[in-house]
Amino acid sequence: MNFLTTFSAIVFKEALHLRRDPVTLVVTIAIPIFQLIVFGYAIDMEVKNIPTAVFDADRRAGSRELIAALANTEYFDFKENASSEAELREAIVSGRARVGIHIPPDFTAGALNGSGSSFQALVDGSDSTVAMQAVNVVNSVGLMQSVKQMGRVDIEKLPVDARPRVLFNPDLKSANFFVPGLVGLIMQIVTVFLTAFAVVREKENGTIETLLATPLSRGGLMLGKLVPYAFVGFFEICVVLTLMRFVFGVRVNGDIGLLLLMCFVFLFTALGLGLLISTAAKNQAQAMQMALLVMLPSVLLSGFVFPRESMPAIIYYFSFLIPLTYFIEILRGIILRGADLSSLWSQALALAVYGAAILSLSTLRFSKKLS
Amino acid sequence: MSEIIKLDKLTRKFGSMTAVKDVSFGVEKGSIFGFLGPNGSGKSTVIRMLCGLLEPTSGDAWLDGASVRENSERIKGNIGYMSQSFSLYRDLTVQENLAFYGKIYGLRRERLRKRIEESMELSGITSKRKQLSGTLSGGWKQRLALACSMLHEPGIIFLDEPTAGIDPVARRDLWELLFQLSKEGVTLFVTTHYMDEAERCTHIGYIFLSELMVCGKPAELKILPEVTPAGTVWLEASSDRITQALSLIKKAPGVLDATIFGESIHIRAREGFGEREAARALEAGGVSLESFRAVKPSLEDVFVSLTRERLKARGAA
Ligand SMILES: Nc1ncnc2c1ncn2[C@@H]1O[C@H](COP(=O)(O)OP(=O)(O)O)[C@@H](O)[C@H]1O
Ligand SMILES: [Mg+2]
Repeated sequence: MNFLTTFSAIVFKEALHLRRDPVTLVVTIAIPIFQLIVFGYAIDMEVKNIPTAVFDADRRAGSRELIAALANTEYFDFKENASSEAELREAIVSGRARVGIHIPPDFTAGALNGSGSSFQALVDGSDSTVAMQAVNVVNSVGLMQSVKQMGRVDIEKLPVDARPRVLFNPDLKSANFFVPGLVGLIMQIVTVFLTAFAVVREKENGTIETLLATPLSRGGLMLGKLVPYAFVGFFEICVVLTLMRFVFGVRVNGDIGLLLLMCFVFLFTALGLGLLISTAAKNQAQAMQMALLVMLPSVLLSGFVFPRESMPAIIYYFSFLIPLTYFIEILRGIILRGADLSSLWSQALALAVYGAAILSLSTLRFSKKLS
Repeated sequence: MSEIIKLDKLTRKFGSMTAVKDVSFGVEKGSIFGFLGPNGSGKSTVIRMLCGLLEPTSGDAWLDGASVRENSERIKGNIGYMSQSFSLYRDLTVQENLAFYGKIYGLRRERLRKRIEESMELSGITSKRKQLSGTLSGGWKQRLALACSMLHEPGIIFLDEPTAGIDPVARRDLWELLFQLSKEGVTLFVTTHYMDEAERCTHIGYIFLSELMVCGKPAELKILPEVTPAGTVWLEASSDRITQALSLIKKAPGVLDATIFGESIHIRAREGFGEREAARALEAGGVSLESFRAVKPSLEDVFVSLTRERLKARGAA
């Protein structure tokens, strides 16, 4: 009874605060849109058109065929012809090229007379994604060329044709993998900040003094502070998901209703985390620091950037403490794999329990006494 | 009369510092209790403990029979609290602040609407209903805070320096409102610095250096033996050149102390110091004595004397 009274009064008040401050509201809604667009485009993990230099000491049919085969893959963009090994190396050191192809003078001859031929690819290892991709492609092109030479015929097909098929993301578009995770991360950041100041602001402005002299219910206060922002957050997530679909072309393969429901569960958890920060902090500056402190592990350990399976055991288990971990799995599951609740229930349950625990904790932490 | 507020050895420490020490007194229902004391003497700390905002370190207090230690939540529904500094929402209008607090106290629909109108009417803030409270000037902020504290018709209202920094007209209006509330049976617990306000209270408590010095009706305090020890008298003299007169009187034999009180001088002197002695002292400096009479000490005289006694006792110890 007291709970409901307090809850509805606080919702009323927080809604007034929101309405009185449209600038903040617009900014909080605009920031995620901006972030999604900027990061969605900037962090493109597909490696194509790697700037490449070549030192072709052979200059005959064999070497021309090799260069054409490499160029055909579209991974390499031949930008520069070096006239010596030293020059080739210099092109990489200076950063003009990421890959240097060195074809020795006897390349064509060796292939023809059966003594074997070789070429060298120098790969700049300073960006591991690019380097790995380049090594793989060079290897397979080399293999292809070898097979052709062995058969001495112009085969179009390899004797054994391995055909890996990537499910759910057939074009291996990194946007598909990346953008759903980004949606989760952006939502976590924004929502934690929405409530991180909710209680501590009242302490700092002194308004807590009159508030605490009333018979208000702590649970009603916490939930009342959360619900208006849950609506703001829900509106945001709808905008961001729309952008994901129509700007980045990522389709939702699963049930949209389930997706939105899961978003709501996540919002409660993330907003609850913000409230917990708010009850623990002494002032707004401290709340800001704590919110930032939560953000870093969310980016690095949630599986957003690095696959959690390859993390050391301690960190792997630690990542279960981050709500975003579950949410990203749910997002990728529903959006990419079209998964339903029967396969995502454990993550969904974990998120809901987490949210309930965090809210109870912040309610208990909130003291009706001044310190 | 029944005591609606009762304090028993109420004590609060902040770390090693004792802000309130063993304070015990009672407040009668329907009275206007003036709680006086210099800055930092512990007035706000006492109020905060009574309102359930601070846990007492030791001792206890009862409001309407409920202990602030054990039942502070039950108490909170029946008290109003106006804090020393403005603590309502600056980005909400006058009416919105009232609506929010009304809802918190469980007022609804028609009753809520009615109480908001009545409280605004009583505190004279109806004309500012649509104004953001942060843009109100000091006096209007106090009126709003007062309206807010009486919204739910509490039996006890605590007002922490309600008249600090507001103009004399607003001050008088506020006191009129307090008298009216008191007539309706509301108990008012008011802290203040102003002596003229103290004189308007039905009961007074004086706290100094965290300890309660006296408590009682103004008239009772003025006849305390500590204030007028045997062999001393309180006198009042006036003159057209009051500052010169004061310094002359202070040096006169038999005078223990003298201060300016309004248009005249209050003198504490040994018995036997009379009009003739006073006139002689002034004439020596070429100042004439206009009037002279025996008086009761003012409340200010009472507090100054008690404070002095206490400091003397402390110095001796
Ligand atoms: N929250 C607090 N923490 C530490 N010291 C405090 C706190 N509140 C009050 N004090 C100290 O307690 C003493 C009494 O303060 P207060 O009750 O505000 O006095 P008053 O209201 O009579 O001016 C002061 O010395 C003040 O500094
Ligand atoms: Mg004070």
